[in-house]
Amino acid sequence: MPKEKFEILETACVPLPLENVDTDQIIPARFLSATSRDGFGDNLFRDWRYLKSGEKNPDFVLNNPKFGGKVLVTGKNFGSGSSREHAVWAIYDYGFRAVVSSFFADIFKNNSLNNGLLPIIISEDLLKKLHSQIQSDPSTKVRIDLEKQTLTIISTGDSVKFEINSYKKECLLKGLDDIDFLLTMKDQIKEYENNKSMVK
Amino acid sequence: MEAKTLFDKIWDGHVVRSIKDGPDVIYIDRHYIHEVTSPQAFNGLKQRGIPVFRPKNTIATADHNIPTKNQHLTIHDELSRNQVERLAENCKTHGIEYFGLNHSKNGIVHVIGPELGYTQPGMTIVCGDSHTSTHGAFGTIAFGIGTSEVEMVLATQCILQPKPKKMKITINGKLGKGVTSKDIILYIISEISTGGGTGYFVEFAGSAITSLTMEARMTICNMSIEMGARGGLIAPDETTFEYLRKVPSIHGVNDFDKALSEWKKLKSDEGAVFDKELFFDAASIKPMITYGTNPGMGMAVDDSIPQSDTKGGSSSESFLKSLNYMGFKPGMKLMGQPVDYVFIGSCTNGRIEDFRAFAHLIKGRKKADNVTALIVPGSKLVEDLMKKEGLIKVYEDAGFEVRQPGCSSCLAMNEDKIPAGKYAVSTSNRNFEGRQGPGARTLLASPLTAAAAAVTGKITDPRELLNN
Ligand code: SF4
Repeated sequence: MPKEKFEILETACVPLPLENVDTDQIIPARFLSATSRDGFGDNLFRDWRYLKSGEKNPDFVLNNPKFGGKVLVTGKNFGSGSSREHAVWAIYDYGFRAVVSSFFADIFKNNSLNNGLLPIIISEDLLKKLHSQIQSDPSTKVRIDLEKQTLTIISTGDSVKFEINSYKKECLLKGLDDIDFLLTMKDQIKEYENNKSMVK
Repeated sequence: MEAKTLFDKIWDGHVVRSIKDGPDVIYIDRHYIHEVTSPQAFNGLKQRGIPVFRPKNTIATADHNIPTKNQHLTIHDELSRNQVERLAENCKTHGIEYFGLNHSKNGIVHVIGPELGYTQPGMTIVCGDSHTSTHGAFGTIAFGIGTSEVEMVLATQCILQPKPKKMKITINGKLGKGVTSKDIILYIISEISTGGGTGYFVEFAGSAITSLTMEARMTICNMSIEMGARGGLIAPDETTFEYLRKVPSIHGVNDFDKALSEWKKLKSDEGAVFDKELFFDAASIKPMITYGTNPGMGMAVDDSIPQSDTKGGSSSESFLKSLNYMGFKPGMKLMGQPVDYVFIGSCTNGRIEDFRAFAHLIKGRKKADNVTALIVPGSKLVEDLMKKEGLIKVYEDAGFEVRQPGCSSCLAMNEDKIPAGKYAVSTSNRNFEGRQGPGARTLLASPLTAAAAAVTGKITDPRELLNN
């Protein structure tokens, strides 16, 4: 479904400086049995967020009142593993609108862009810097300007340009999704079907 | 004419439109769906008030969360039952072929697609499951998609995809005794890491690949995504055509010989350029096992755990965290390590050949007392064949119980969970933390290595048991 338009985001960050966080950690498989897209945020990082007793794990960053905001700043190779889009829904449903890493798994990146969540790739050096900045000052804010494709650490003034496919950028800015777009192409698709060849 | 790769040929034949600076609109020939990643997509159609565009191109099965015991009874877990019922309902409403629970053709989506003749060379195939890459073994472009894309395919039979880069992995030489295609792929992933294929679509080639059966090729393509690749494919050849001659029906194909002459054209041209090429020697591959919490953390079964993640490049902190979860230490040998569970099944190794291999090794031996074994055929047809070939009897004589088909312990959405802290030698594809149940410790291996663990109760080099 079309999402809210992605406007300029100025927000504090939640740091999760772990590498290789896979989709089973983001949303464990046992929570995939729902038939709607809502409510997955409650189980985001479930097994890290809660202790075996069911109580909140005070050591996990989402339970630390010092940190908050709409940007999740992660470590290298975020979102590997299963293609489950539920991982993105969980992150979005929790309230995040962008995820920052030095490297994302392909399917995760695609799924994010399809669901109004902006994946931003920055260099490993800057990612380190951002993490240490957030650790020393949890109120550190970033400004994400999708139109200009920039991410700025407001307090230090560090700013970088990030890459995004121009088609996906349009969709995010307008709050449109791919299905809206494809549905406008029905005639062309039928024409293709009539002239189809297996290979070219 | 410019020399093209097989991937390019199929891709270019399926582009409905290229968007400038954007993805391609790709036509999808075959769409597989299952209960877990489809309900939201059908909801989406409903909200938009649109029908399924080409219901005949979609095939449905229930596999991910179904029980593997007493399938004739209703599913206990309410949420799972609800998902399965919703799928049945959605298929009925939209006229989609559905191989539900208790259907004689039910099974894991990536097992039934090929065995029922729905997967054919030259196709584009998608499914809301990352291991859709399995179908690449037939010379198809097959890859996993998210639920939004499932909705796209239902609505328009197309998806939007940027064209990936192309990699070729050539494996030449002869495999040693006790070494299977699962070992080939675990070996490659351990060499190039779980990120080594990111951004690429991989063509597997070389004498070690062409000498494999279709089942074994599917295992390789299945796990190609565990090195980060978008998918893997193998050019179809006589082995492929032989397999297709034997499937009950090749859907949509009336004239086999005509189709065959088209399929024979499916190969990379001489001199076609790949963005990256890698070479491996089959003779240097041994039976493999993983020791960590991603499929790249693998080694020869008789090796020692490395001191650091030299090949994958993870920080020592992540490396140690992973070993800690597994209860292992750097430098440790795994041979002789006691095992609590053995799981044979999944879309990686749940085909008849896998159960034959397992049976071959356990025949005349007994299941170790300390091991709980989950033997789960990939489909009803596999189960039927096991009966027909007398394998069930071999399993039972050795003290193993054979379950009913499904994904089972591969992702533990049903009751087949490995308890916290327990070690499971598993023929599935992922050893992530908690994948087989919260706290479960997974060691990925081939059916032979799993069988060796099942009868000795500890990690054992299968070659030791094959020799005598
Ligand atoms: S067996 Fe495992 S990997 Fe294969 S389709 Fe089922 S859950 Fe996915």
